[in-house]
Amino acid sequence: MSWINAVIQGILIGGLYALFACGLSLLFGVMNVINLAHGDLAVVAAYVALGVVAITHVPAVWAFLVVVPVFAVLGYVLQRTLFQASLNRSVLTTLLVTFGLSVVLENGMQQFLSANSHSIDIGTLVSASFSVGSQIRIAYLNLVILLVAVIVLLGLQFFLSSTKNGRLIRAVADDREAAQIAGVNYRHVFGISAAIAFGTVALAGIAFGMFSQFDPTIGTDQLLLFAFEAVVIGGLGSLWGTLGGGILLGIAQAIGANIKAADQVLAGQLLFLLILIVRPQGLTGRRERA
Amino acid sequence: MHHGQLQALHGVSLAVPAGSVHAMIGANGAGKSTLLRTIAGLHNPTTGSILLHGTDVTGLHPEQRVAAGIAMVPEGRRLFPTLTVEENLLVGLASARPGPWTIEGVYDLFEWMRERRGQHAAQLSGGEQQAVAIGRALVANPKVLLLDELSLGLAPVVVRRIYGLLPQLLASGVTVLLVEQDVSQALNVAAVVHCLLEGRITLEGEPAALTPAQIESAYFGVGRASRNGNGHALAVRGTEAPDTAVTETAITDSAVPESGADA
Repeated sequence: MSWINAVIQGILIGGLYALFACGLSLLFGVMNVINLAHGDLAVVAAYVALGVVAITHVPAVWAFLVVVPVFAVLGYVLQRTLFQASLNRSVLTTLLVTFGLSVVLENGMQQFLSANSHSIDIGTLVSASFSVGSQIRIAYLNLVILLVAVIVLLGLQFFLSSTKNGRLIRAVADDREAAQIAGVNYRHVFGISAAIAFGTVALAGIAFGMFSQFDPTIGTDQLLLFAFEAVVIGGLGSLWGTLGGGILLGIAQAIGANIKAADQVLAGQLLFLLILIVRPQGLTGRRERA
Repeated sequence: MHHGQLQALHGVSLAVPAGSVHAMIGANGAGKSTLLRTIAGLHNPTTGSILLHGTDVTGLHPEQRVAAGIAMVPEGRRLFPTLTVEENLLVGLASARPGPWTIEGVYDLFEWMRERRGQHAAQLSGGEQQAVAIGRALVANPKVLLLDELSLGLAPVVVRRIYGLLPQLLASGVTVLLVEQDVSQALNVAAVVHCLLEGRITLEGEPAALTPAQIESAYFGVGRASRNGNGHALAVRGTEAPDTAVTETAITDSAVPESGADA
């Protein structure tokens, strides 16, 4: 029964990983750049949510209503300025810039917010759960986070497939130069993509902050890694693959933890390496054409 | 115009009167595509300028040039393979000018497209993809349409059918500058042909006034071809004639750092 429980808990946490990963995957699909500050941005969002709650005294659950739009705007502005300037030089420059941003964010948080752990207090909601059978308990929070992840991915799917800006994002991802001569301002499209990536990672960071303790270093040490693994396992450029990747990663970690608590992360990495060996294009990815 | 450290075009000047078809011919690597891409804004000329109906568009981004009235059908079609036919056409509306061409108009031009608009572009044949690429450029209602190697990889019968559309495009008020490796095709459709050799124009004139020997020597660089203007508004660098749709001047004298847009 404990194995079934591990799988169920893995599925629940997988939604959170997918929420972390979808922005990373989108940015990579559109501009071929991995944002190494992605995990740190999630942690910054969690801290900002703490601050919003402290100042406005709104219930913590609603902090995302402020933080997510702010991060979306921040994403657009950063993309049109810093990231675009680095992209104009080269992809490698952009990678270095996001790495530098990651270092700045992490150390800035350590400097000004201390290395202490925090969590976003949502009261008794964090431990509320219901039972399925005698052995399996499902926490409402985990279930809600999974549902939010699915809703966000559905929304993103709808946006990409059925709106004008979504269509332009797909066109730029297919062939940036062809999009330019068709009249598309790809810089604006990059900005919209970054806004989505920042908004979703902020949501993921807040959800993580409710569900677990966080500190300034966890963004790079865990969140970026998990997001990256979820993307690779699921296959680059596929939203549903990312959800599948997040869930598989969650299951692997839960099974690892079931064997020995310290093996949780290790089991996830082993699955990641296994996928890279046997199916490097990921679950849903197509093989790169030569 | 430089490609990295390589100078691809040397002092190329040409003027295309509104409502006409001009063709660039030349061997592989002569600079034909580079010239079109420079006019479309994908490369920046080292020196010189590009005028559209007398307005300087040299400093504009490609998408701004589309809004100004320059659209290109790129070499190799370059459709968005994961988008449907209709979505490909819709992308062409991004910076579209008002004008006679609409998506419905494109469907009227290519009847098969209406039924298959939901198909992914990757599933189309080469000729069908070329038609969608032309449609994607047309819906922007360009004043000047740049056609890069329409015939590449297509069956001769398909090529003839596509070039057979040119009169209809001209009737809608479009000016055409095309690049073509198939010299006989270019001579058939163009009012004026320009021959490029190693980045320089070696011959230009009305097809009827050019002898095969002239073209051959200009194309391959054997001997020296005489220039043949025949009274047309030709090769006037920086011309401001009101009937001039596009003037391309690209003189180079200094090396530039490699540009990100370079292939």
